[in-house]
Amino acid sequence: MLYVVIAFLFLAILLYFLLGGADFGAGIIELFTSEGNKSGTRKIMYQAIGPIWEANHMWLIIAIVILFVGFPVIYSDMCTYLHIPMLVMLLGIMARGTAFAFRSYDAIKGERSQNFYNHIFVYSSFITPLFLGIIAGSAISRQIDLHAATFTAAYLFSWLNYFSVAVGLFTVALSGYLAAVYLIGEAENQNDVKRFIRKAGQMNVIAVVFGGLVFITAGVENIPLPYWIFGNPVSLSAVIAASISLVIQWVLISKGKKKIIRLSAGFQVTMVLLAVGYMHYPNFVMIKGGGNLSLLTLHATSKTIYDLGVALLVGSLFILPSLWYLYYSFQKKADDGKH
Amino acid sequence: MNDFAAARSQMAISLGFHIIYSCIGMVMPFFMAVSHYKWIKTGNIVYKNIARAWSKGVAIFFATGAVSGTILSFELGLLWPKFMEHAGPIFGMPFSLEGVAFFIEAIALGFFLYGWDRFSDGFHWFTGLLVGISGIASGILVVSANSWMNNPAGFDYVNGQYLNIDPIKAMFNGSWFAEALHMTLAAFSATGFAVAGVHALMIAGKKNVLFHTKAFKIAIVFGAAAAILQPFSGDIAAKNVYKTQPTKLGAMEAYFHTQAYAPLVFGGLPDTVSKTVKYGIEVPGLLSFLVHDNFADPVNALDKIPVKNQPPIGITHFAFDLMIFIGSAMMLLGLLYFLALWKKRSWLDKKWFLNLFILAIPSGFIAVEAGWIVTEVGRQPWIIYGIMRTSEAVTPMPGIRYTFYLFTAVYFTLSLAVIFLLSRQIKMVPELYDTKK
Repeated sequence: MLYVVIAFLFLAILLYFLLGGADFGAGIIELFTSEGNKSGTRKIMYQAIGPIWEANHMWLIIAIVILFVGFPVIYSDMCTYLHIPMLVMLLGIMARGTAFAFRSYDAIKGERSQNFYNHIFVYSSFITPLFLGIIAGSAISRQIDLHAATFTAAYLFSWLNYFSVAVGLFTVALSGYLAAVYLIGEAENQNDVKRFIRKAGQMNVIAVVFGGLVFITAGVENIPLPYWIFGNPVSLSAVIAASISLVIQWVLISKGKKKIIRLSAGFQVTMVLLAVGYMHYPNFVMIKGGGNLSLLTLHATSKTIYDLGVALLVGSLFILPSLWYLYYSFQKKADDGKH
Repeated sequence: MNDFAAARSQMAISLGFHIIYSCIGMVMPFFMAVSHYKWIKTGNIVYKNIARAWSKGVAIFFATGAVSGTILSFELGLLWPKFMEHAGPIFGMPFSLEGVAFFIEAIALGFFLYGWDRFSDGFHWFTGLLVGISGIASGILVVSANSWMNNPAGFDYVNGQYLNIDPIKAMFNGSWFAEALHMTLAAFSATGFAVAGVHALMIAGKKNVLFHTKAFKIAIVFGAAAAILQPFSGDIAAKNVYKTQPTKLGAMEAYFHTQAYAPLVFGGLPDTVSKTVKYGIEVPGLLSFLVHDNFADPVNALDKIPVKNQPPIGITHFAFDLMIFIGSAMMLLGLLYFLALWKKRSWLDKKWFLNLFILAIPSGFIAVEAGWIVTEVGRQPWIIYGIMRTSEAVTPMPGIRYTFYLFTAVYFTLSLAVIFLLSRQIKMVPELYDTKK
């Protein structure tokens, strides 16, 4: 049952990255859209993510609950040493969620108030995945020091390093890319389609650049990232698969095949996460001095893991079909509307 | 302010606001579903408009409730890492299930809010109802987790070790039912009175009277019924507290000396040095009656417990009395409403009658906050009653007072924004929903 729980943990993280990421990305795209095109982007985005965005963010809750029920020591250490980036991420989540709801449900659509919500929405859409990425980067950067003596060593430099920040920026770029790809299929006219294709291209280039930056900063921080990725066959094949799907996307994007591009972009990100996850598995957090917080040793007792696994399995019987039906319904209705 | 006090204050602020958002977010869908049902049955467009107007409120409160709840699930670890390290695997079951319920709520809400004229009436109505049902389920599960902190079960505590962990037993601890019932009724009565009061305000101002009268009726029937049932659940809760947490009961009642014919003290200023209550109104035997159902049996008091294991008495007692006072007033107001409905219909649009309900807008939420102060402050100095002290659980990170200031500012701003948005929704009712146009 431990493996069921671990599988759900990674599934929740992956889905949050894909669905929540695309969701953050929508705000990032809006942030980097020229003033003239903003309202058009906003309208498409509202229709595309309005019904589903709340559900997309539930994956974070699922991941956190699995972590604190199943792997409490890992959760408690992360909460202690990554307190500050988690705090910023939380404020981002709060600002973003409320700003999106407010701009949709303000009964009076005044220009100033809407502008205000938009500003909060786009900046928090940028900051939240940045800090999510920083947290993820910090988990593997070996900068968390369980024996740190000073405030800065324990709570600041645990996450404030070149590598973690580079991972944060890479996360932002990937989110933007996922959103652009998603929005291509949602656009209602040829102009918008072209615009989102261009955005997807830009975001893709930025993602590749930041991906390179991740490797460079890993070198600076003495993190053996290349060895981790190229040193085992699974990570290596995942990276190759990600690169191939990147090329496929380049070819298909100009042809506007929305379903295949979406799948391929999702596949690409999944492969990136697989490469990263596999090379560390079962270690979830890597700490200074060579220690690891492993999922296979720091788990709760078997009774807790068993009950948690049952809850997740039964819960997913309810969640997954209804979630699928939600996506399907609004996808179908949107398509019907277009013809 | 030291870091420990700051951490407790930050938790209190976060919970205090989350409770309001989530109560409204989980109860209003039921009002909405009733109105929606009436529209489907009668075809009266006013009911559809009410359901639509309320659904905007639900969306706003769901969003704020969801983000503040997400923040709380992190704050448990950010502020109390040692607590979560040990408690997570024991009391995590309701949180896992709550994650599922919350997820379903979010999915159902997506269907409902964006589903007008897209799905069949029956399916669309059902998704609205499902928002409420899964919301209430979430609430009950979270309260069950809290009840475990008051009445820990499902493990053996041996030499500082947590052994033989059974998350299911922990979830169904001896206090979960009393707490969950009390909180669910509180959510219905607080939200019912608040929503009804806002509509009463509009009726009194002669604005869209037909719309607001129908809306008032749906909300107040829920609120009044819950307020009338609440004292009974309060009795169950009080007996349960005496059985499981005598320190909390002692603090609630400012009851210092064990005695037969134990008195109940209303109001007054508890003095922990002289162990007396000044200026209180004492009713002999009433506490014995509440606890044992007879006036004579002795009730154990705070003198049975070392001072270092006692909670702050003044604030717990004051909060408890405030809750009882408001709860009783709301019960009477609820009875008055049903009296008017059955015998004195002419009262329903009288100014004085409406004014009573306008006055009661915040009452339920003040009582809810007071009740949670009793629960949480009354459990101190323990975070897990009798097992782990709150001071042992706090994060080692210094400087928590700054995050406390930050969160306080954020929550107040957020609440002002919500009030601003709701007032704009209400202001736009004539434009959006006036059927005469």
